[in-house]
Amino acid sequence: MDDLDRRLINRLQHGLPLVREPWRQVAQELHSHPSEVLDRLHDLLEDGVLTRFGPMFDVERLGGAFTLAALAVPDARFDAVAEQLNALPQVAHNYRREHRWNMWFVLACGTEAELAATLSRIETLTGLAVLNLPKEQTYHVGLYFPV
Amino acid sequence: MIIPLSQEQMLDLRQCLERGLPLVSRPYDNLAEQIGAHHDQVLQQMQQWQDQGLFRRVGLVLNHRALGFVANAMLVLDVPDALVDEVGNRLGRAPGVNLCYQRPRRLPQWRYNLFCMVHGREREEVTAHIQRMLEQQQLSDLPHQLLFSTHAFKQCGGRFTPPSSQVWAHG
Repeated sequence: MDDLDRRLINRLQHGLPLVREPWRQVAQELHSHPSEVLDRLHDLLEDGVLTRFGPMFDVERLGGAFTLAALAVPDARFDAVAEQLNALPQVAHNYRREHRWNMWFVLACGTEAELAATLSRIETLTGLAVLNLPKEQTYHVGLYFPV
Repeated sequence: MIIPLSQEQMLDLRQCLERGLPLVSRPYDNLAEQIGAHHDQVLQQMQQWQDQGLFRRVGLVLNHRALGFVANAMLVLDVPDALVDEVGNRLGRAPGVNLCYQRPRRLPQWRYNLFCMVHGREREEVTAHIQRMLEQQQLSDLPHQLLFSTHAFKQCGGRFTPPSSQVWAHG
């Protein structure tokens, strides 16, 4: 990655303008050429530095039910419980965190009913109480990683 | 006046976009060709979806771990209910805070009602950044904890397979 790659990544994190020839505008801002910018973007996707480029549809507005939940898993059982959870298709993310509540996961379900059923399924499977923390208010969403 | 897309064309367009935006100089012409429409119709539809909040931007998903953003901290705070909106809006605007949500308390096990995600390259740097931020915002006195992730076990959706940062943003 060189300077142009970095500037391109930072610029595109703010979004591509919705115009017929968006790369012309981006290239101008970056003092480059549309074809050069497109080549770079192509390579960054190929190399796996970027995993996707395009509009990100809001999954919640398209329907579905989501929550962040946690378990306090005894150390000796940690890996086994992680495997139990990761086998469930509803578990979208699962992170180990340094805390008494040491397993944090996101559930993505089609409906609220499926979400509730999944939470009780996890309690039955693991024998552990789930800390269910659904979002109540959004103050900010804007993943930005300056590179 | 540009004719709106038909329901079928809208669905087709959504499907095309799941693969991402075509990497060509005129991406909307390319999409229009695929769904049998004019580029102005496609652009109008995209603008409408954006205005409706169906997507925020035509942007990218970074492989943030590959780029070295491996320090991932969840800052949780116990904010008095009457202040949570004000504090949430303030912290949400603070540099480095990628996500900021209110979530329920679960007493007695869990007292924290405000969640912020902060990513960085090194743990010390992230910790220092957060401490500085809380001091600047005069929030250091609020009960809070920093939960660093040590391992990501799973980072993909199942049947709902939006890009990872999206599920993250919505959990």
